[in-house]
Amino acid sequence: MSSSLAIQRENIRKLFPDTFKQARKSRLRGQIIFFLVLVYLIVGFFTLDVVDIPKKWKPQNAAMFVLDTYAHKDHVTMKWENHEDIKIAFEGNYRSVYGRDNLDKSIPDWFYKNSDNVGNVVEFNNKGKAILYKDKVEIVNFPKYERGFTIKLNSNGKPYLVGSEDLVIEDLKGFRITENRVEFRPTLYERIQVYPKKVEIHRYSIGWKYFWFDFSSPLEPYTFFEALGLTFSKERVVPEMSNLKLFLTEIKDNEAFMHGRVWWAMLETIVMAVLGTMFATVMALPLSFLAAYNVTPIKALRFTLRRLFDTLRGIDFLIWSLIFLRAFGPGPFTGIFAIGFTDTGTLGKLYSEAIENTEKKQQEGVQSTGASKFLQHRFGIIPQILPIFVSQSLYYLESNTRGAVIIGAMGAGGIGLQFLGALGTGNDFENVAYMAILVLAVVIFMDRLSAWLRRILIGSDQLIVR
Amino acid sequence: MTKALPANLEQIEVNLKKLTNQRTRSSLLGIAILILIFFGGTLVSLEANAGSFGRGIANFFNYPRDLFVDTFEMGWKYWPRVIKYIPELIITLNIALFSTSIGFILAIIFAIFSSRNLIRNKRVIQFTKFLMDVTRSFPTLIIAMVFLYLMGKSSLPAVIAITIHTAGALGKLFTEAIENCDGKPIEGLSSVGATWTQKIRFSVLPQVLPLFLSYGILRLEINVRESTILGFVGAGGIGEMLAALIQWNYGADVLACMFLLVGTIVALDYLSAYWRHKLIGANQ
Repeated sequence: MSSSLAIQRENIRKLFPDTFKQARKSRLRGQIIFFLVLVYLIVGFFTLDVVDIPKKWKPQNAAMFVLDTYAHKDHVTMKWENHEDIKIAFEGNYRSVYGRDNLDKSIPDWFYKNSDNVGNVVEFNNKGKAILYKDKVEIVNFPKYERGFTIKLNSNGKPYLVGSEDLVIEDLKGFRITENRVEFRPTLYERIQVYPKKVEIHRYSIGWKYFWFDFSSPLEPYTFFEALGLTFSKERVVPEMSNLKLFLTEIKDNEAFMHGRVWWAMLETIVMAVLGTMFATVMALPLSFLAAYNVTPIKALRFTLRRLFDTLRGIDFLIWSLIFLRAFGPGPFTGIFAIGFTDTGTLGKLYSEAIENTEKKQQEGVQSTGASKFLQHRFGIIPQILPIFVSQSLYYLESNTRGAVIIGAMGAGGIGLQFLGALGTGNDFENVAYMAILVLAVVIFMDRLSAWLRRILIGSDQLIVR
Repeated sequence: MTKALPANLEQIEVNLKKLTNQRTRSSLLGIAILILIFFGGTLVSLEANAGSFGRGIANFFNYPRDLFVDTFEMGWKYWPRVIKYIPELIITLNIALFSTSIGFILAIIFAIFSSRNLIRNKRVIQFTKFLMDVTRSFPTLIIAMVFLYLMGKSSLPAVIAITIHTAGALGKLFTEAIENCDGKPIEGLSSVGATWTQKIRFSVLPQVLPLFLSYGILRLEINVRESTILGFVGAGGIGEMLAALIQWNYGADVLACMFLLVGTIVALDYLSAYWRHKLIGANQ
C-alpha cells in the first residue's frame, strides 16, 4: 500500500516538476526568514539589556508599590524622651492626626492601654501586638512566632534586641538590625522600627480609606451610602450648607483622592480626543474629495493634497503637540490641534481611498438623469462612503483617547499630567492605581461607545475598510 | 390592475415621505448632539487652557520659525549634526522592532486561545479576550511610567510597555482574522485525523499568515512612533534626546531630530504600504 503511494507521489512529482520546485524554494525562504528573525531576537535581547531584567527588577520595590496601591497605613510614633506623647497619623500626614482636639477625631480602637495599665498597645490586623513602654518595646502575639521580643535602648542610646545572642537565625526572621535601627517586619502589613530617638510603627490595612470623604471631612464618620441617605434628611450636618451640597463638595474636594481635579482632568482628556477627532473629520471630509481622482480632474491638486496628508501624518502627533504646546500653552487646545492635524492626514488618506474605491455605476445612474456634477457626487458617492467615514472616525476616536492621555503627560494637561504628578510624589500609589483604573475604564468605555455607535449607525460594529 | 397601481403608488409615496421625515429628524438630532458636544468641549477647553486661544493662533508660527532660523544660521555645518543623532534613532527603531516581534508572537498565542473555531472551552475564550482588552486599553505610556519608576531609567520599560500593548492590539485583529478564515481546510484536515496543532499549522496558519504579517508591519509603524514618545518620558533613544534638546532650546538640533523622525516615519509608511500590498495583494 505504502509503496504504491510512494510510486504515485513520484509520478505526480514527475508530472509537475515546477510546482514541487517552487514549494521547496518557498519553504527554504520561510526557513531563512525564520532564522534571521531568531538571530535578530537574540541580538535585540542583548542590545536592549533584556538580560538585565533580573538585575534591575527589585522585588522589594515592586512589592511596596503594589502594596501601596491597594492598602493604606497608619503611623504610630513615640519619642523616647516623652513616652506618653504618642502620635497616630494616617499615612504619616501631619494634617491627619488622630485624637487631635480641633478635629475631634477619636483614637482608633486598635490603640489602647495595656492590661497592666502602663504600656500602650498597638494591635495589628493579624492580632500581633507592639506594646510601648517608657524604656522598651515589647513585641508579642505574632502568629508563626512562638516567643515575644523586647527591644531596648542600651547605655549609648542605641536600640538593641534583648537576648538576641541566644536566638538562632530562624527566630530572627523578619528582623533587620543595624547600628542605629532595629526593624521588625514579619509580613508586609506590619512594620516596627526602633531608632535611638523614637519608635515608629506602620500598621497596614487593605482598602482605600477616605476614598469618598477625606480625613478632616465632617462626613467622614459616615459611609458613602449613609451620607447619601443624609442628603434626603432636613437636619443639616453643618449649618452653613445643605447636606446635598456638602455631600458633593466634600467628594469633590477630597484631599486624598482629589476627585474634583481628577475628573476635571479626565474631562479635559476626553474633550481633547473628541474635539480632535471632530476637527480631523471636518477637515478631512472636503480635502479627501479634492484628493480623489474620480472627483478632481486636476492632477497637480491631487498630488499636492496627497503629499499634504503624508506630511500631516508623518509629523507625528508628538511633534505636533510640541509645536502647539509652545503656541497655546498647556491645555486641551494643544491636544485638540495635535490630534486634529495628525488625523486630518490619516483620515484624509483613508477617506480619499474610500472615495476612489466607490462603485461607478451609481454615479453614472445619477448622471443619466442629467444631474449636475455636484448632485452626482451628493447622490452617487456620498451614500456609498458615509458608512466608511463614520466607521473610520469612530475607530480613531478610541485610539485618540489613548493618544490624548499621552499628549497630556507631555505637558498638555489632563489625566496624563495628573498621573505623572501622582507617580512623581513617590508615595501616592493609591492615586496612581485610581487614575490608571479610571483611564482604563474610560478607554474601554470609548471603545464600546464607538462600537455601539457604529452598530446603530451602520449596522455593523466591525471596522469597514474598502 | 391598471386601477390598482395609482393607489399603490400613493401608499408608496406616503411611506417614502414618512421614512424621509424620520431620517431627516434623526439626522438633525445627530447634528444637534454634535454641535452640543462641540460647544461644550470648547467651553471646557477655554476654561482649562492656560493661554488664550487667539494668542495661541497668533503665536503658532513662532516656534517653527525660530527652529528654522536657528538652522539656517548654521549653514553647511548643519548636516554633521543630523548624522550625529542617527545612533539615537537606531535605538528607538530597535526598541520598536524588538517589542513588535515579541508582541507579535504573544499575539498569535492570544489569538489561538480566543478564536471560537479553534477553542471549544468558552471560559478560556472569555478569559483571553478579557486579557487582550485590558492589555490593549492601557496607554503604553502608563505602563512604561510605572516600570520606569520601578526599574530606573533604561529602554526596558519601553520594551515591556510596547510589547504588552502590541500583544493585546494585534491579538484582537488576529482573532478576527482566524475566526473569519475558511473552515473547509480545517474540516479537511480533521477528516484525515490531523491533531489540533497540525490543523493550526496546515490549515489556519497558511490562510492567515499574510494578513498577520500585514497587521504586524502596520503595528511596527505605530510602534516606532510609540517608542519615540516613550523616549520622551525617559526610555532612551531619539525621543529622550529630543526632550533634552527642547529643554536646552537648541533649535537647530531639535529640527535635526524632527527631520530624522519625520523622514523615518514617512519612509516606514511607504515601505509598509508597499509590503502590505505585496502580501495581501498577491493573496486576495
